[in-house]
Amino acid sequence: MLDLKGVNAGYGSFQALFDISLNVKAGEAVAVIGPNGAGKTTLMRVISGMTEPFSGEMEMEGKSLSSFPPHQIVELGIAHVPENRRLFPGMSVEDNLKLGAFAKTARSDSAKNLEFVYELFPRMKERRSQLAGTMSGGEQQMCAIGRAIMSGPKLLLMDEPSAGLAPVVVQQVFSLVRRIREEGYTVLIVEQNVQQVLQVVDRAYLLEAGQLIDSGKSKDLLESDSVRKAYMGL
Amino acid sequence: MTRTIPFIIGFLLVVAPFSTPQYPLHLLIMILIWSLVYTAWSLMGRFGLVSLGHGAFMSIGAYVTALLWNYSGISPWIGIPAAMITAAIMAFLVAYPCFQFKIVGHYFALVTLALSEVVKLVIIASRDHTGGSLGFTPNREGDGTSFYALQFADKETFYFVVLGAWVLGLVIWRLVDKSMMRYALDSISEDEDASAAAGIHVTGSKLKITMLSAVLTALGGALYCQYQMFIGPEVIGGIGISLQIVFAVVVGGLYTMMGPTIGAIITLLMTEIFRNWITSLRTEGIDLAGLDTSIYGLMLILFIIFLPKGVLGELIDRLAGGRQKDTS
Repeated sequence: MLDLKGVNAGYGSFQALFDISLNVKAGEAVAVIGPNGAGKTTLMRVISGMTEPFSGEMEMEGKSLSSFPPHQIVELGIAHVPENRRLFPGMSVEDNLKLGAFAKTARSDSAKNLEFVYELFPRMKERRSQLAGTMSGGEQQMCAIGRAIMSGPKLLLMDEPSAGLAPVVVQQVFSLVRRIREEGYTVLIVEQNVQQVLQVVDRAYLLEAGQLIDSGKSKDLLESDSVRKAYMGL
Repeated sequence: MTRTIPFIIGFLLVVAPFSTPQYPLHLLIMILIWSLVYTAWSLMGRFGLVSLGHGAFMSIGAYVTALLWNYSGISPWIGIPAAMITAAIMAFLVAYPCFQFKIVGHYFALVTLALSEVVKLVIIASRDHTGGSLGFTPNREGDGTSFYALQFADKETFYFVVLGAWVLGLVIWRLVDKSMMRYALDSISEDEDASAAAGIHVTGSKLKITMLSAVLTALGGALYCQYQMFIGPEVIGGIGISLQIVFAVVVGGLYTMMGPTIGAIITLLMTEIFRNWITSLRTEGIDLAGLDTSIYGLMLILFIIFLPKGVLGELIDRLAGGRQKDTS
């Protein structure tokens, strides 16, 4: 579904990603794991069109992404759940969700998708008229995922959904990710919380200092000594 | 009760010219013209797009209309749309690079501030055609009343022209308020990246509202010119006017439809009172020229600190708050 070939990207003269090639197949959940500053967020921003790559090819279902601005990439079926949730704190939960369906391709299904999000996250229905900024971190993450689903995407990009959340809440967030998977969404997730994320995805890539250094099935990675040593402190 | 108020005001506005002496009628016309300009500014101002360059759009509206009339004999009926298109093009030329390169907040305000000065300086520099800082007067057609030239010797007719323009401004405000664009712009003002991630065309949405705002402001400038039959680079442009626009909207209320109009009423009445007061003091030998500007500055600061939603915004909040208490 998503194919990246030899992507180089960065900001100004600073290069954050070197020769990244990865792919995500339909129905899969794939993680990109790596420490702070490895380039995980840059990778997400490049795919969603917010940062232009220096070079390389990106394709979504055979269509090249490089020429599209962010709002059109959403129309191609890629929804981005940004780092730190990035809700519109001064708006109600429902308005936040409705904005997720702003893309032309999503407007007609807006009511149906809203119903679906409320079904998926009943908590959001309870809080529909509350200001998004006044909710707890876990609920905000729910709202951010809901907003992304509102655009009716084929592929969900999730940027560190566990960042800045209490350990108990992190558990809940990963069970949200599992729910999303069960609903049939294809997911590409970047995370630092390696142990947890490897339990909800099929495959993972290891990103370090802007380069992919390893990849494999999550089961194998969980058992691999080098991963256990480098990322889990075991 | 509250539903009938707009009808009463509407009725009063329609019968006003037939029973009002000339001076108050003049004030009413000025209030309506400025209200249109302030409403136009608030279209974008309410979404955090603070422009200090609307004096430029007003000048463009007035000068393009008047120059086309004097030098080419083109009727304002064509000249005003031409001026509005010119303002839209100018808004695009300035705003597009700003939005594309993420020049926002204070930096955007500074760029637009430069715009109002540049347009003023261009007008002054081309004094052979525009009259420079001495100002410019459109040629009178015939005895002073001509539908073709959009010139009316009597205030009553002009009153209805500007009343229509003011209502148009409010209708556009309301249409924007009810549109999807309003949601988009609200979210953009909160977080541009997140809006883009939600599928909103950030640059496009900002550009649309900026151009719409500029076009309506140019209409206000052109009407000012047709009514006053005199324009000058500092009279309807430059930093002074650009700041006056911001001040009036902040005073009246940035987030409500009628806020800019209330702002126009308050500031215009204040200006008139100060003017009379300073003039009467001068006859007694006390010169306080410039005092009014100082008081404006002080008031702007006080308003931003204590009444950030403006007079009308605060009033609506109080009324709504009171009603909520009644029901609980």
